[in-house]
Amino acid sequence: MTGPTNEAETVLRLDGITKRFGALTANGEVSLDLKRGEILALLGENGAGKTTLMNILFGHYVADEGQVLVGTGRTGLHELEPGSPHAALEAGIGMVHQHFTLAENLSALDNIVLGTEKLSSLTSAHAAARKKLKDLIERSGLNVPLDARISQLSVGEKQRVEILKALYRDARVLVLDEPTAVLTPQESDTLFGTLNKLAKDGLGIIFISHKLAEVMASSHRVAVLRAGRKVADLPTAECDLRKLAELMVGHEIVETVRDAGSPGAPLYVLDKVSAGHGRDALHEIDLTLRAGEILGIAGVSGNGQTMLARVISGLVTPVSGSISLAGQNETHANARKMIESGLARIPEDRHRDGIVGAMSVSENLAIETIRHPENQRFGLLRFRAMLEKARQLIEAYDIRCQGEDSQARLLSGGNIQKIVLARTLEPEPTVVLAAQPSRGLDVGATSDVHKRLLAARERGAGVILISEDLDELMRLSDRIAVIHRGHLSEAEETETLDRGTLGLRMAGHGGEEAA
Amino acid sequence: MIEILEILISPNFWAAALRIATPLIFGVIGALICERAGVLNLGIEGIFTAGAMAGWMAVWLGAGLWGGVLVAAFAGAVFGLIHAILTVPLGLSQHVSGIGVTLFATSLSYFIYRTALPDVSSPPRIEAFQPLDIPVLSDLPFLGPALFQQTSLTFLALLLVVATGYLLYRTPLGLAIQAVGDNPSAVESQGLSVYAIRIGAVVAGSSIMALGGAFLTMSAFDAFFFGMVNGRGWICIALTVFASWRPGKALLGALLFGAFDAFQVRLQTEVGSFIPGQIFLMMPYILSIAALIVVARRADYPRALLVPYFRGQR
Repeated sequence: MTGPTNEAETVLRLDGITKRFGALTANGEVSLDLKRGEILALLGENGAGKTTLMNILFGHYVADEGQVLVGTGRTGLHELEPGSPHAALEAGIGMVHQHFTLAENLSALDNIVLGTEKLSSLTSAHAAARKKLKDLIERSGLNVPLDARISQLSVGEKQRVEILKALYRDARVLVLDEPTAVLTPQESDTLFGTLNKLAKDGLGIIFISHKLAEVMASSHRVAVLRAGRKVADLPTAECDLRKLAELMVGHEIVETVRDAGSPGAPLYVLDKVSAGHGRDALHEIDLTLRAGEILGIAGVSGNGQTMLARVISGLVTPVSGSISLAGQNETHANARKMIESGLARIPEDRHRDGIVGAMSVSENLAIETIRHPENQRFGLLRFRAMLEKARQLIEAYDIRCQGEDSQARLLSGGNIQKIVLARTLEPEPTVVLAAQPSRGLDVGATSDVHKRLLAARERGAGVILISEDLDELMRLSDRIAVIHRGHLSEAEETETLDRGTLGLRMAGHGGEEAA
Repeated sequence: MIEILEILISPNFWAAALRIATPLIFGVIGALICERAGVLNLGIEGIFTAGAMAGWMAVWLGAGLWGGVLVAAFAGAVFGLIHAILTVPLGLSQHVSGIGVTLFATSLSYFIYRTALPDVSSPPRIEAFQPLDIPVLSDLPFLGPALFQQTSLTFLALLLVVATGYLLYRTPLGLAIQAVGDNPSAVESQGLSVYAIRIGAVVAGSSIMALGGAFLTMSAFDAFFFGMVNGRGWICIALTVFASWRPGKALLGALLFGAFDAFQVRLQTEVGSFIPGQIFLMMPYILSIAALIVVARRADYPRALLVPYFRGQR
C-alpha cells in the first residue's frame, strides 16, 4: 500500500510518553508521528503497552512524562491538555475501543449526538444531525440503521456506529483498538476497505493489533511496541511477516506443528442436543469426537460457544438429545460426574471459572481431586501430600509463582492457565474441552498451551478446541466445525478448508447450517 | 358487590386515591431519576422524613408555604449530595450508603425537632396548603370533585411527571442520564463527565423525594410527628421497578397504590365488623408485591445500576 506523500502534515505527535503503574513501566519514552491520510499499525503482544498508550492519548490516563501534540491545520502542532477526554475530542481525536462504548438503551442516532449538544438545551437538534449523518454514511459507506436501538444491532453495525461517532465530530485522527477481534474475516475486509477510503479523504488512522497478517495487508506504516517500548517504526512495504513477528516477540518463533494423526473410535458424542434459550440457545447439535484428534469449533464470539462448552462439561443439562462419553450415556451427568468419567475442562474465563483467586496455588491444583484418597482421609485434608504434589506440578508445568502457598489471583494470566492445564491434564483425561485456551495470552504462553493440547492428542485423548482465532484452529485441529447462532455445521477435514470458506460460514452463509 | 361498585364510582374515592398517591409520585419520580443515572438511593425513607421536618419547620418559623417547599427540596438535595459523593466518586456500596443516609436523616430530623420543641406534648400546627378552587373546572361533574379537591402540591407532582418524561426522552441532558445508567463509558467517550451527571441526577432526584415528605406535613397533615413517613419511601423503591423506570408508568403505579389504600379504608367500614382491620391495612402492600411479581420479572433494569464507575477501567 502506498501512504501519503512525505510533505503531508503531521496531525498527531506523541513525544517521549512514559507511564508507570507502581514498579511496572507500561510505556517507556514512546514517540510516534502520524501524518494526514496515513494508516499506522501499532503492533504488539498483549501487555506490550498499546492500550495504555492510546488511553493516554485519549485522556483516560495522564502520562508521567512526555506530551501529546496535535496539529490543527494552519496553526501547527500544539500540546493537548492531559487527562481530558473532552479536550481530545475537541482536538479531533476519535477512539473506537475494543469494548464498545455505546448505551444499549438508546438509538444509534442518540449515541452519536450524545455530548455534542449543550446539556442545558431544552430541545434536541436531531433533524440537522440526521442530515449530516446521511451525508457521512453516503460518503464513507458506513451503513447503520440510525433509529434502531443499539441492543438490536450486530457487532459489525455497532462498530460502524462507533466510527460514525468520531466522524460526526469531524475527527482528524481515528484510533481503533483491536478492531477485528470481534469480526468475521469478511467483515474485517469491509472495515479495512472503509478505513482506506477514509484515509484517502485525509483522516489519520491508528489501529492497534497483534495480528500480523492484517497489519501487513492494511497499513502504510508499522510501529512495534514490546514491553512498553517502541522497538521499531518502519514502512510496511519494508517488512515481512517473519520480521514483524520477531520484532514483536523479541526472539525467533518456533511454530508448533501438527503431524498427521490417526484418529480412533468415537469417544464423545452429542446427538441432537438442544439447550438454553434466547440468544444463548443451542439447536440440535450433532458432534462426534474421536480418540486422538483435535476437533476445532470456529465461530464469532457470542454464537453459542459458551453454552456449548457448558453442555459438554456437564454444567448445563440439555433440554433434549443425548450425550455419551466412551460409550456411556452421560446426558444427565453433572460437572463432577463428567470429570470422574474422564473429561478435562479448560474454562473460557480462567480468572472467574478456572481458579479460586483467594486460595493458594496448591489448593487450586488439588481442587478437582479433593475427594480422592491422596488428598483427604476421613474428610480431613492431607496438606503435606497436596503441597508435595503441587511442587511437582509447578516444576513440570513451569508455573512461575512465589511458591505453592501463594495466592492464585496474584499470578499472571499465562501462569493461571498453567495451573488449569496442570490440574486438568495431569490425570490423563480421555476428553479435553479447551474453551478459548489462548485468549489474552502472550506468544510464549500460547505455544505452551498448544504443545500441551497436542501432547494430549498424541497420547490418544480427544480434544475439543473452541476458539475465535482461525489461525490457531487451522494449525491445531484435525477437523473444524463452525458454530453460528447456536447451529453447528458438520466437521470437515482442516486440509479441505480455507479461511474464506470458514469466514463465510461464521457469518452464516454457505454450508448446510445457513440460518 | 353493589357496595364495592358504589365505592369505585364515587368521586370522593378517587380524590382520596390521588391524595394518597401524591407523596408517592414525588418519591417514585425522584428514585427513578437517581436509578436512571445508575444510582440506587435507599436514602429515600430518611429524605422523606427530612423533607417533612424541614418544610414544616420553615413554615412554623415564619416562612411562606412555598418557602417551606424550597427549604424541604434543599434539605433533600443536601442528603442526596452526601449519598452521591459516597457512591459516585468514592464508589462505595449503594445499599450501605443509602441505608446510612436514611438512618442519619431520620435521626437528625427527630433530633432537630426535639431540640427546637423540647417539651410540647401535641405537635404545633401550621396553616397548610388548601385545596385549589379553580372556577368552572371545579364544577365539572365527577372530574371536578376528584381532581380539584387537591392542593397545589398535587398539581406540582403531576407537572413533574410530564416534565421528567420530557427531560428524559426529549433533551440532551435526558439522553446523557439514560446513557450513564446504561454504560458510563459511552458518556465518558463523548467527552461528558460521568461523575457530574450522576451526582447531579442524585441531588435533583433527592430534592424531589423530599417534596414527597413536605407534602405530608404541609398538605396531607399540618404538623410533624415521629414515624409519619411510615415506609412510604420503601414503597417508592418498589414502585420504581414496577414502573420499569418510566415516568408515565410511575404515575400509574402510584395511583394504583393510592387506589388500593383508599379502597381498603372504605371497605373496612363496609365489612369491617367480621374481618380484622389489620387484614385491610395489609392489602395495598400485598397487592403491590403481587403486581411486582407480575411486572418485575421482565423489568428492563438500567444495566449500570449499582455499578460504580472508575475512570480508565473497563
